[in-house]
Amino acid sequence: MKNLVILGAGTSGTMMANHLVSKLPKKEWKITIVDQYKTHYYQPGFLFLPFDIYTEDQVKRVGKKFIPKNVNYIQKKIEQIFPKENKVELEDETLQYDILIVATGCKIAPQETEGMKGENWRKNVFDFYTYEGSLALRNKLRDWKGGKMVVHFTEMPIKCPVAPLEFVFLADSYFTKKGMRDKVDLTYVTPLGGAFTKPKATAALSHLMKEKNINVVTDFNIERVDNEKNQIVDYGDTTVDFDLLVTVPTNMGDEVIARSGMGDDLNYVPTHHNTLQSLDHDNVFVIGDATNIPASKAGSVAHFASETLTDNILLYIDGKPLKEEFDGHANCFIETGNNKALLIDFNYKYEPLEGTFPIAGIGPLKLLKESIFNHWGKLAFRWIYWNMLLKGIPIPMVSRNMSLKGKKIN
Amino acid sequence: MDLNITGIRLDVTEDGYLTDLSHWNKEIALEIAKENNIELTDKHWEVLYWIQEQVKNDVALSIRGIKKSGIIDIKEFYDLFPGGPLKISTKIAGVPKPKSCI
Repeated sequence: MKNLVILGAGTSGTMMANHLVSKLPKKEWKITIVDQYKTHYYQPGFLFLPFDIYTEDQVKRVGKKFIPKNVNYIQKKIEQIFPKENKVELEDETLQYDILIVATGCKIAPQETEGMKGENWRKNVFDFYTYEGSLALRNKLRDWKGGKMVVHFTEMPIKCPVAPLEFVFLADSYFTKKGMRDKVDLTYVTPLGGAFTKPKATAALSHLMKEKNINVVTDFNIERVDNEKNQIVDYGDTTVDFDLLVTVPTNMGDEVIARSGMGDDLNYVPTHHNTLQSLDHDNVFVIGDATNIPASKAGSVAHFASETLTDNILLYIDGKPLKEEFDGHANCFIETGNNKALLIDFNYKYEPLEGTFPIAGIGPLKLLKESIFNHWGKLAFRWIYWNMLLKGIPIPMVSRNMSLKGKKIN
Repeated sequence: MDLNITGIRLDVTEDGYLTDLSHWNKEIALEIAKENNIELTDKHWEVLYWIQEQVKNDVALSIRGIKKSGIIDIKEFYDLFPGGPLKISTKIAGVPKPKSCI
């Protein structure tokens, strides 16, 4: 009997377990998945939780429910991976593997910025990338009387890089609906050169910030949070005052990657962009937020990658060359407030373009344009996530590789 | 878009970043630096080569990376490339500017 071990039962790990259970011969392969946490969160929902659009129950499930019966599920902490010895040490047992899939994700690391996780953490300094943070922010917003709200992200790469923008758009809507928009000063602070950084998106979307009366501070590289003055301070000594800071801290891969000596400076595992094989170990594959590939850290990317990775694991088992197929395909809805959203579809090579999706010339979804239909798409996605995506069911008409059909290239 | 430097036409993005690092050379760097009112010193070159190395190795550029580079500290980085140090240094180094997905 051979062993395939999946580390992490988040979006990527769960999808891989579901793909592989029907593809690997049961008599020859035992599949094991390890995750220390019981709860599986629908992370895109953390964006809606603070604004009372989603409830707690809508963003969490018991993770085990999504793991196929024929897969050995272990709920334990992973201590260390020993890639040269093909083994993984858990809190009280050791697993040997023939093939390892690393799907340990990434998470916020507020401790990387001086003062961020200080005395005001979750008092007037919040994150919304964790369930706890998002929930604490909701409770704060419910009776916040207004003032300066600063929405900020620390540095790239972060999980779902559009989420801070979506947050500021939804905040504008939320305060408008509550009849207190005039009492809130909204500022978006980014380390990048603009709120939008790709030429087509900049041209199509820059007006949104002005329309919604959102101030933008660019090229802001945070050095520290000053908890006495309620300011964020950058390395060039620029400061931004806040009454309420909503920040996305530095994102880092799991500590187990650092403990195992398998990651880069941010604990991301060096991974082949197109095959998803680890660059250092032939029988180790990496998927989702745990990789260092220059794609977005997003569930849709993991979904498309999981299809290529499944094929490549079967090819690897057969001793055949791997497909250099994965193109960095991402497909994301972006909430812009007032029950509208954008849709973007892009990959390593092509920036988000205007057009129609998924059927060329018809749609019904519009790319890089605000529409109510796109917003319904985003809300429908929660159902798709729990019922299709995690189970590895392909989304009709949306292929793993990005299609140029229906897109305006020039 | 094209950029015309010392008689050579170069393919650049709409905001003036080289699309292909292999076309980069010292003359181009000097020219882009001049446009940004920067006179390149040895320290600048050291940083520019370091940035190119990071990009070739798939490492995302950030201020954190500069801090750990062992070449300069962040204060010096701001002094060398005033304004938006990452935005300006990447332009001179001929590599893509740090960006998001839209």
